[in-house]
Amino acid sequence: MKYLEEKVFKVVMVIAALVVLGVLLYILGTIFLKGLPALNLDMITKLPGGGFYLGKEGGVLNAIVGSLYIICGSVLISLFISVPLVMYINFYLPKKSWFSGAIRFSLDILFGIPSIVYGAFGFALMVFLGIKASLLGGIIAVAMLITPIMMRSLDEVTLLLSHDLPDALLSLGATRYEMIKVILRQLLPGLITSVLLAVGRGIGDAATVLFTAGYTDNIPVAFGQPAASLPLAIFFQLGSPVEEVQNRGYASAIILTIIILILSFSSRVISSKYSKNKI
Amino acid sequence: MRTVRILKDKSVRYLMLGIAVFTVLFLLIIGFSLLFKALPIMKEKNLGTLLFSSDWKPFKGNFGFFPFIISTLYVSLIAILIALPFSILISIYLNSYASKSIIRFFEPVVDLLSGIPPVIYGLWGTLTIVPLISNKIAPKFVEFSTGYTVLAGGIVLAIMIIPLLISIIVEIFRAIPGEMTDASLSLGATKWQTVKKVILRRSVPGIIATTMLALSRAFGETMAVLMVCGNIPEIPHSFLDACYPLPALIANNWGEMLSMPSYESALMFAAFLLFIIVILFNGISRFTLNRIEKRFQFS
Repeated sequence: MKYLEEKVFKVVMVIAALVVLGVLLYILGTIFLKGLPALNLDMITKLPGGGFYLGKEGGVLNAIVGSLYIICGSVLISLFISVPLVMYINFYLPKKSWFSGAIRFSLDILFGIPSIVYGAFGFALMVFLGIKASLLGGIIAVAMLITPIMMRSLDEVTLLLSHDLPDALLSLGATRYEMIKVILRQLLPGLITSVLLAVGRGIGDAATVLFTAGYTDNIPVAFGQPAASLPLAIFFQLGSPVEEVQNRGYASAIILTIIILILSFSSRVISSKYSKNKI
Repeated sequence: MRTVRILKDKSVRYLMLGIAVFTVLFLLIIGFSLLFKALPIMKEKNLGTLLFSSDWKPFKGNFGFFPFIISTLYVSLIAILIALPFSILISIYLNSYASKSIIRFFEPVVDLLSGIPPVIYGLWGTLTIVPLISNKIAPKFVEFSTGYTVLAGGIVLAIMIIPLLISIIVEIFRAIPGEMTDASLSLGATKWQTVKKVILRRSVPGIIATTMLALSRAFGETMAVLMVCGNIPEIPHSFLDACYPLPALIANNWGEMLSMPSYESALMFAAFLLFIIVILFNGISRFTLNRIEKRFQFS
């Protein structure tokens, strides 16, 4: 009897796992099947032409480049905050200090704040500073969203680092700042994977850029200009009553999905290589 | 030379301290600026009317958030009810039964599911779940449904929180000392008995905390839910009614509100409300999870 129960539950568990796997394949399959017919070279090489939103020619280059600009800017800002912060709690503060606990706790909370709240706060901040919906606004809002993500994954990698290296460096008479420069080189693969993770999250999020970056058919050339983004391009195109435009929405969804797949795959490759060569 | 090095070290240290203090204060900054923006509407109406009135006519100046609050809770609860059994079963499987190669295969599956952007989930939901509900599920219960319903939102949301649930529940299972499961197994218990009586029982607080964490994630999810849940500002009476959660409300009305100060303030109030609820849930669950981690480290 006790073996029967176990067998039944084992089957149920495998089914549950297969369902989740099936859903993933279903999602990817739907996106690719729907989008492939509408996907062509124009989609990724051309700006929206006249009458684009009525089904005439053009592409979503504005959204691709806009998303890249936004994510590059916000990753830069985020690096300047999360790297010093992780180094500080791991190598400057004592091992079990209340302050490092407080920082980790507040980052955990910041990690859980919905992107729409970051969008609303970013908007309030921009009104306060007198900035209009622009590339700069989008960069700031996305930076707020991805910094906790980056910092948490970097923190995890840093915690795995053996303590011999910092001890050796310090005993040779290096200052902590010099020690950190060496440690960062050691942490580089981990840093890259956490950046990729953050890019993946940041590039796909629509709610943060909705109010802060605006939308435009052109590629922004200054921080003060509005910037288009891929998730919003998908969202707007799907909302259109014209069928061709909707199909282009599906095609844009493929572009975004492929970007996410590449990011996910490369971070996996890097982290598996890294775990082989770890000292 | 020596002084320069030490000076460098010191200045970097203070810079880092500054960033650290700023990070801790950042939560307060967000909270207070949202509150500040929400104050006009909170002065105009009393809090009870805002929270418990169902009268939503922004252009007449009536802001009752009750339908949106109920919708948020309803969708999130359905999502949790669907996602939790799946996540617990899969976590048990990955922790106690699956071979190394299956685990290695399943990890990227979970990663990818958590990496897919909300817009893609929303798109998939409108293409598959919504017609499924409208053609197959709804006719069994009601006469007509567009398919853009609480249920659609719940299903899409459930898939989105499953990766989060699995990754944390597996961690909780792993934190259980091996001696405990070994002791149970060596006393002649089967693997399943050990799972039931040792692993699951020890994990109850952790699973509750994880559920709260997943709920707080579900409360704030915007785009995917917005695309499938219908967005009608009325209290949903069944899971086959359309609903309108708070994040969708904020996202949908952003353009309109700019013309009316009280509307803007009302939406900021919605954001503030969301912020408070999420922080509360998140704070409690993180606190519990941290304590669990610590307890097992020393036992």
